[in-house]
This record gives sequence, C-alpha cells and structure tokens, in this order.
Amino acid sequence: MRHLLSIADLSKNEALQILNTAEELARVSDGPMKKLPTLRGRTIVNLFAEDSTRTRISFEAAAKRLSADVINFSAKGSSVSKGESLKDTAQTLQAMGADAVIIRHSASGAAQRLADSQWMTGSVVNAGDGTHEHPSQALLDAFTIRKHLAHGGDDLTGLHIAIVGDVLHSRVARSNVLLLTKLGAQVSLVAPPTLLPVGVESWPVKVSYDFDSVIESVDAVMMLRIQLERMTELFFPNAREYSRYFGLNKDRLKLMKPSAIVMHPGPMNRGLEITADSADSARSVILEQVTNGVSVRMAILYLLLAGSQEIGASE
Amino acid sequence: MSQSILISGGTLANGKKSDLLIKDGLIAEIAEKIEDRDAKRIDASHSIVLPGLVDLHTHLREPGREDAETVESGSRAGVKGGFTALSAMANTSPVADTAGVVEQVYRLGQSAGLLDVFPIGAVTRGLEGEHLAEIGAMADSMARVRVFSDDGHCVFDPLVMRRALEYVKKFDGVIAQHAQEPRLTQGSQMNEGIVSSQLGLKGWPAIAEEAIIARDVLLADHVQARLHICHLTTAGGVEIIRWAKARGINVTAEVTPHHLLLTDELARSYDPVFKVNPPLRTESDVMALREALADGTIDIVATDHAPHPAETKECEWQEASFGMLGLETALSIVNKTMVETGLMNWEKVADRMSYAPSRIGRYENQGQELKVGAPAHITVMNPTQVLRVDRDLVASRSRNTPFHGMELPGRILATIYSGKLVFEGGNA
Amino acid sequence: MSLALPAPDMARAITRISHEILERNSGSDSITLLGIPTRGAHLAARIAANIEAIEGKPVQSGTLDITLHRDDLRMRPPRALMPTVIPYLGVEDRNIILVDDVLFSGRTIRAALDALGEIGRPKTVQLAVLVDRGHRQLPIKADYVGKNLPTSPSQIIKVQFTELDGVDAVSLEEGGK
Repeated sequence: MRHLLSIADLSKNEALQILNTAEELARVSDGPMKKLPTLRGRTIVNLFAEDSTRTRISFEAAAKRLSADVINFSAKGSSVSKGESLKDTAQTLQAMGADAVIIRHSASGAAQRLADSQWMTGSVVNAGDGTHEHPSQALLDAFTIRKHLAHGGDDLTGLHIAIVGDVLHSRVARSNVLLLTKLGAQVSLVAPPTLLPVGVESWPVKVSYDFDSVIESVDAVMMLRIQLERMTELFFPNAREYSRYFGLNKDRLKLMKPSAIVMHPGPMNRGLEITADSADSARSVILEQVTNGVSVRMAILYLLLAGSQEIGASE
Repeated sequence: MSQSILISGGTLANGKKSDLLIKDGLIAEIAEKIEDRDAKRIDASHSIVLPGLVDLHTHLREPGREDAETVESGSRAGVKGGFTALSAMANTSPVADTAGVVEQVYRLGQSAGLLDVFPIGAVTRGLEGEHLAEIGAMADSMARVRVFSDDGHCVFDPLVMRRALEYVKKFDGVIAQHAQEPRLTQGSQMNEGIVSSQLGLKGWPAIAEEAIIARDVLLADHVQARLHICHLTTAGGVEIIRWAKARGINVTAEVTPHHLLLTDELARSYDPVFKVNPPLRTESDVMALREALADGTIDIVATDHAPHPAETKECEWQEASFGMLGLETALSIVNKTMVETGLMNWEKVADRMSYAPSRIGRYENQGQELKVGAPAHITVMNPTQVLRVDRDLVASRSRNTPFHGMELPGRILATIYSGKLVFEGGNA
Repeated sequence: MSLALPAPDMARAITRISHEILERNSGSDSITLLGIPTRGAHLAARIAANIEAIEGKPVQSGTLDITLHRDDLRMRPPRALMPTVIPYLGVEDRNIILVDDVLFSGRTIRAALDALGEIGRPKTVQLAVLVDRGHRQLPIKADYVGKNLPTSPSQIIKVQFTELDGVDAVSLEEGGK
C-alpha cells in the first residue's frame, strides 16, 4: 500500500489490517510505551489547505508518537488557494524530502491528483478532499463501532448503522458507506430528499426520509454536521424544520436500542443536528472517536511508511 | 500561380475510384486515371478524398488568450485535422460583439492563409445575456457573419432569446445556442449521475441542457426563425430535436467528436483533461448521439476545439478550465465511432462534416461537392493508417487533448485549400 | 533435515532453565517473564507453568512485541503487530526475564531492550533462550540456554511447539539462500 486515498481502493483485508494494527497500537501507546522509534528519521508533512484543527492535530500526534518529524504546511490564505500552486507546493515538499504528505483540501480529487502526478515520490494520505472521501475518519468510526458492538468479531456483520444528515456534501458519509458495507454492516441513510445525491440509488444502502422509523432498529447512529449555508442554498427552509425532522434529540434517543451508540465526526452544531444532552449522553462515543483517531492514524502511517514498498524495494 | 496538384489513386465519398487534378484553385478534372507530369502528385491509394471539412464551432482564442491559441496556430491545427474552414467563436477578449473585432479575426485568418476563418458574432453585448450585440453591423462587415452565438454562456433569458431569434431573420442569420440553464448548473463540474455521486463533484444535470433546448425549439417555431443547438450531449436532447424536426421546426444540431466517444467514467481519474462543458455523459447518451448523427437528427459534427494553457489543466478538477482540443483528431474519431461501426458511410461523413455545416453557416465557397469547376478545398484521409495521438506533437499551442496516448484509425494525408497544399501528412 | 532436539529433550531443557532462573533469582517473587512473540511467548508460558508448579504460587508473565523497535523494518513490507501484555506489577525495579526461542544475531534482543526502556527501568534484564546458534552481530549474551547448536549462517533452525505446530521439536535444515 503506497497511498491511502480512498476507501474505494481498500480491500476488506487491508481495512481489517489497519483496524487490527490500530488496536495493538492503542494498547501499546496508551499503556506501556508512549513513544515508539518506528518512524524515526521520516519526515511527514501536513498539507492542510482547508481549515481543520482536530484532524491535523490527530495526525500530528500520531506521527510524533512514532518519532517522525512533522512539518505543518497550512496553506490556507497563502498560496494554495488557486490550483497552480498545488503543483508548486508539491514540488517544494519533494525538494524538502517529505516521505509522506497528509493532505486536506477543498477540491475533490486533490489527494489523487497529488498521488498520480509526477510532482513527488512520497506517500499521500487523504485527510479529506472536498466532498469526496475522508478515509481515516471512516476507519476510526469503524474501529469505534467494532470496539463497542462487534463482541469479539473481526468485522461488522449483522450490525445496522444509520448515517443522518447532509449526505450530498459529506465526504465522511461517502467513506463510511463504502467501509461499513465492506465490513459487512447494513447502512441506512436518513436525510431530506434535497440532501441525497442523484445516483444514491446505486449505493449499497437503504434510504429513508423518516428518522423515527429507522432509529429503533439501529446499533449506531452517525450524525453528520449540517452547514448553515445550506439554508441559503435552498436545501431546506430553516434550521427549525431541519432539527425537527432530522435532529437527534431526547425523544429520539429514547427510541434507540439499549446498546446503541451515538457518533459524530465533529465539529458539532449543538442544537442543530444534535442536542446537547444527546451529545453528552452515556450512549455518546464522540470523544472516544477522537482518541481512536490517533491510534488509527498511527496504524495508517505505520503501514504506509515503516516497511518497504513491495514494488521496487531496494534497501 | 501555385503548382497544380494531382490526387491519384483515391476513392471519392460516393465510393468511386477517381483521380482529381487541381489547377488555379479549382478542380480541373475528375477521371478514373489522370496523367500530369508537371503536377505535384499526392498518392491517395487506400485513401478517401473528401470535400474540405468545415468546423462550425472552434475557439481560436485570439484576441485576448494568445497564450492558449492564435488564429494562426488554430489554423495550423485545423489543416492538420483536414479542415478547410473554421468558425471562430465570439468568447474572445474583447468579445466579438462589434464589426471591429470580427473584422480583426477575419483578417488574421486571411493573413495566416491556411483555411477560411469565419468569425461568429456574439448574440448579446459582452456575452452578458441582456442586450443584443450589433448583429447587423457584424453581418454587413467584411466578415459577413451569419452565425451568432454566446457560446460559453447560455442565452438564458427567454425574452432576449426570442428577440435574437426574430432579429437575425433580417440578415439570414442563425442563433447557435449553448444550452445550459444557469440556475441548475451553478458550480457544476461534471455530469450529474452515479459517477458524480461517488466522486463528490457537483453535478451538471442533463435536464439543464434539455429544458433550454425544449424552450428554444418552441420559440423558434413561434417566431419562425432558424435555430442551431451547439454540442448536443444527451439522449433526451436528441428526442426533443427529433420531435421538433418532425413538426417542421427549423432547428439544426451539432455533436462533438468527444461526445461520440468518451463518457463520464473518465472523471474517476480526476484528471481535468476530461473536464468539458457540456460535460461527458453516459454510455447510453453516447449511443443515442451516434444513432442521431447517423439518421440525420443531428446535422453536423463540430469540434468545439477549446485550447487551454497548461496551468489551467494541471491542477485540481474544481480549479481547472473546461474544454478539450478537437481539430486534429476529429475525422479519425468520426471514422472510429461512425464509419468503422457501420453507422455511416463516407458520403454521410461528407455531409455531416462539410456540406451541412457550410449550409448552416451560409459559407458560399465551402462545403461543395467535388465537381469540375468547384473551388479546390479537399481533404485526403487514409482510414487504414493509425494516428498515434501525442499531446507534445500537436500543432495547437495548447496540449489539452483527452486522446493523448490513444491510437485512432485514420490519418490525414493532405489538406488542400483553394488549390494550395496547406498540409501534407507524410508517412506514419 | 535433522532433529536437533526431540520432544523429551526439549522438555528437559525447559525444566532445567526454569530451575536455573529460580536459583539465580532466589525464587519467583522478583521476576517477570516476558516472551517475545510468536514462539518466545509460547516458551515463556511453558517456563511460567513450570515455575508455578515448582514454587506453588503464580508468577508474573506476559509478552513483549518488538516489531515497532526493529532496525530492519524498511527491508520488507510492513509486518503485523503482535500483542504486548505487561503483567500488573509492571517492569519498574523488577528482574525481567526476556524469553525467545532462538538467539542468532542478537538484533531482536537489542530491540527488546529498547522497548523495555520505553516502558520503565527494570532492576535487571536477563535472557533465556531455547537455542543459541551463534553468529552474533551485537554484543548480546544469553543467561539461560537450552542447547548450544553451532550452525552455518545458511542453515535454518525450526522450533516447533505443540500448541502452534502440532509437535514439540527443534530441527536443523539446510537453507536455500
């Protein structure tokens, strides 16, 4: 595996390998060994052309726990607002000797463009490209679900998971649909019709406009952030209607199975797609998702950088 | 006087094996075997001899974007593709909405001297879609504009479109519409469908094209005007045109070579060389377009040749410009998609790529059947030779061809314009 | 292929090692056995069982995976991680007995010492191996050895445990490399 660009490229075994490695790393790095020398001497660049504190810090923590050197290239506002500079930036990073670039960008496909181009030779990790994919988020979500609900099983067979909210614009939704179904779960999407993409009929999911009918049978509810700009773009009339039909509130919480969990990729709009008491309830694993994010990202960096590349290993 | 030319051993579009002798800019003789030792001989064995190809939709970028293409470089690309006439779209900088700009483009074409450059005039001032441009002045200028288009933009206001359709009747003109409802395509990047849902790229729905076509054919009928639909791309659009023609509505339509071959699956690579407006659509759209071109519902092939400099294509999809090169590969693609598949014969190719475009544009000197006394605009193409598309070897100033690396069936051996050999292909 | 240690001899060697560990450390209270997966962990479990039988009380026992501390990671595609389980008394001020099946170049043990260093500061670190085959590349020595087996570097030593391989045996094969 040379890059991690999309869940679509991962086989089930590769995904499980990442999860299993993350499990071991979580045990080790939360317990006995806080710092590991495994990636000493490697340079990892965080190329964040789009705002994101939590993902960037998560990747930075992961890299540093493996003793890699981390360089933060926050391109927002500087030069990487126009496409030309992606090429120039990449060539600069190559000249600096980056072994891996973790890229977050507002353009769908940016990570793939970087990987496919001849501009640099390091590994590319997609930390979120436009509305396309966010592979490490899906992996940490699957990791969290597996930990709580798989009861020792390897994958997610037999579990029913609902993803609720702005699916149309959500890279988290796309990556999760691909990964959760790959791991054997049944996925339901709940959203207003305006926020479901044309073409969703071809996805391996059930679709519902009615949150209440779905919530009773799910093992996990994954709430997506709704951006307020969507109101001006005519996707729904106002925040009140959105919350009423698609928000996770106390009443809906009560409908859930006793063992069911509440998830959110963050950052949350408390009061819009999720009420404060839902976010803070005992079912919520939202903070744990963040913790798991570091272990999963350590696993990704380990598997991409620690070994040789199968093709052309020359050491 | 330029040297006379003897094209020998070739086959005409109607299937007859014939030699042609060209003298003083005209076709002097057509016979099964001609001898003329003074003439320059072109070996057309295994080749088809066609009337010079006429493109009704070309972006030559001059004035304003000479970094991408000039009238001269575009002309060289044109003759390399077998074209003896190009139609320069008006979305230049400044826009071709006055007699001054169209005459400038016309003169640039003349001084390049490789083929006829027919400027297209804008429908509205500055392409803004609000006020009519000086259509009369452009029609009466040296450029004798008959085709008017805001291509790049849609004439979206129904009242403006109505007035434009009515007004050009005075000048025997035609409005060529770029059908794209702007409110449904804000920020759109690629065809709206299964692929766009997976790639996270904003969709450009087929109905945004079809709704405008439907509106405009009804308008054209109501005011009894000529209408031309640029770059048709959907099966739904084909049905609307078919319906309109059945009712006797005076509408013509064009299809690009790339829409006869490529689909939206290519966007999966996120390589913006496949980003174009209107976008690549689905396999079933491609098949519908081919059938429609074969049965004449679609009247012509037009390239929509759209050169762009490297910086605007070597970047993320969202940032990239829309458009593909088309002149140098057009005939080979028509060969591949229409002739080799048995959908069309060479006579129909001659109609779709020479007679019909010329008729729509009212180009008197072009698009004529190859007869003794006709102006010598001729394309010689060998369908058995392979064209290896290499973006580094194109005559265009830009390199954004989506066919790079492909092997296409058929190479242009020679292009003759007004009796001059303006392009010679050489061996494979 | 030849059988260097058949099952009964293997058992006797392991018993002897268990006694030696107890003798040197004056009983089992201060020791923590850490087996290096995969086969070092199985060996450590056997030694722990022996010690518990002899002393009549439980002994601290776990595993220490050294994959993340190896110095040869870049030579191969990434390796799967094995479990690291440190028993509840930890490593601080303990006599750690590292356990592995074969001692060869010494690099595995070097990695284990690095890993231990991240966890804490043991009082002593001792090394127990079933087979010492020579050809050290680092200054590492085993404190407890089941059998010394001189080998040529191209030969392969195969250690098998019943719970993993169906049989107990140590065999010597001619290598192909």
